[in-house]
Amino acid sequence: MGTLLQVKAVSKHFGGFTALDQVSVDIAEGERFGLIGPNGSGKTTLINCVSGSLRNESGSIVFAGEEVSRLAAYQRTRRGIARSFQIPRPFRTMTLLENLLVPSAYVVHMKDAEGEVQAMDLLRKMGLADKAHSRSNTLSQVELRKLELARAMAARPKLLISDEAMAGLSGTEVEEMLKILFALNESGITIIMIEHIMQAVMRFSQRIVCLDAGKIICEGTPTSIVQNPDVQKAYLGA
Amino acid sequence: MKFWISAALALVLAGIAAATISNEYFFFAAYVVLQAVILATAWNILGGYAGYVNFGTGAFFGVGAYTGVLLIKSLGLPLGLQIAAAAAMGGILGFGIGLLTLRLRGIFFSIATVAIAIILETLVLNVRYLGGATGMQILRPEVTPPFDSYIKMLFVIGVLLAVIAVAIARYIEISWLGRGLRAIRDSEEAAECSGVPTLKLKLLACTVSGALMSAAGAPLAMYQSFVEPASSFSLNYSVNALAMPIIGGMAHWIGPVLGAVLLGTIQQLVTVTISSELNVLVVGVLLVFFVVAAPEGIVGLAGKLWARFSR
Repeated sequence: MGTLLQVKAVSKHFGGFTALDQVSVDIAEGERFGLIGPNGSGKTTLINCVSGSLRNESGSIVFAGEEVSRLAAYQRTRRGIARSFQIPRPFRTMTLLENLLVPSAYVVHMKDAEGEVQAMDLLRKMGLADKAHSRSNTLSQVELRKLELARAMAARPKLLISDEAMAGLSGTEVEEMLKILFALNESGITIIMIEHIMQAVMRFSQRIVCLDAGKIICEGTPTSIVQNPDVQKAYLGA
Repeated sequence: MKFWISAALALVLAGIAAATISNEYFFFAAYVVLQAVILATAWNILGGYAGYVNFGTGAFFGVGAYTGVLLIKSLGLPLGLQIAAAAAMGGILGFGIGLLTLRLRGIFFSIATVAIAIILETLVLNVRYLGGATGMQILRPEVTPPFDSYIKMLFVIGVLLAVIAVAIARYIEISWLGRGLRAIRDSEEAAECSGVPTLKLKLLACTVSGALMSAAGAPLAMYQSFVEPASSFSLNYSVNALAMPIIGGMAHWIGPVLGAVLLGTIQQLVTVTISSELNVLVVGVLLVFFVVAAPEGIVGLAGKLWARFSR
């Protein structure tokens, strides 16, 4: 398996605050990758830099062999990087179906008829098919998270970044989301999961990186991560 | 297809009206309503579809009017070319305002557009060649057949411009552009991550919207036979252009048209029967009523009623 995403020595500052300090990480094609760390450790900043919502100040981001760190976010989406948002950002005046037609039109350049077939298929997989024609501002929290994933998938990405898709969900809802993400991975999509729910991220990830104060403090398999004293210190403050 | 038949019908009716109605006041009043249709439709492309509230309609309108004046005075160009040149100027100004959206969103963008209107008015106020604060008289050229009066010709041109404006707005709304603009309005960040080139679309919307607004302003000097800065760059245009789509409904191209026809007609009636000062009150009362009782405007209200009765 080749490398899909290479993050090389990426740094990002907000004023005097160092959000990311020389972060480097490689992600392989088809991998299930977990990104953890305490609040404010730079997880979302890192994926904002990868998806293009923010520009990194130094270092490089290579996706599928191409340097993308100077590309606008929409261009990166067109190259195959899709993401969900931590706080769901649905297109609230549109129906669920229309939400999914935005990426299918702008990324995959599908006609509406084709886009609708794809959208219905995705909504069915997410268990949202019966709400396809409802406006997205009528959805519950777990449905919004699913819509975020469905919309990201409508862009037919190679890499899906799931930013805390499970925060605030109940136990059974977390199970549902995990099932969806496993299924997406099996269909060949590389997934980066940012998550606070340890049980979920441990079960899902093949490899985990832990960030603290903008630096990678440890990298490894889920079992090695939980035993790492630095991770325990960052999380428990012990 | 239905749209184009209606558009052609509107033009034919305008022609028939010009040929049969002899009371010039009708055309004088109707032209103002048509001007409102163009301004409201143009405003809605950026404000309604993309959610960027432009308070500077007066700036675009004034730029259009003074582009017209400049071309009459310096080169004596005909009205058609004045309108085309005004549209180009408005497009350039719109592009510049579009660049503002890189950094300014929400209320900050709106404030900046107010500032632009004031800056441009001050500029014209200080250019003696354009008449400065006292303004200038414009002599209308001879009317060209088949028209028998200048105001009738302006009326037909107004209908034509309104049809063009509505056709452009409708095209933007129903094409892939409209979906992208709506995505920007709902969440700019999510739009960008869904592959929408947000800056390009915003620049396009600003440019088209600005060009149409300035085109609407170009015939002003001919209409009034007189121009001066305060009324050309008036805040009233900005308020009306924003109130009309809100009253009519911003989600559909017919909304601004309905709002403009309703509000514009009421304003004309009030001006004639009571006083022109009361215009502003009419806008205010209607705006408050619709924002509270029907936030989706006439179109939204009609949709709800339709849903209730068809059940």
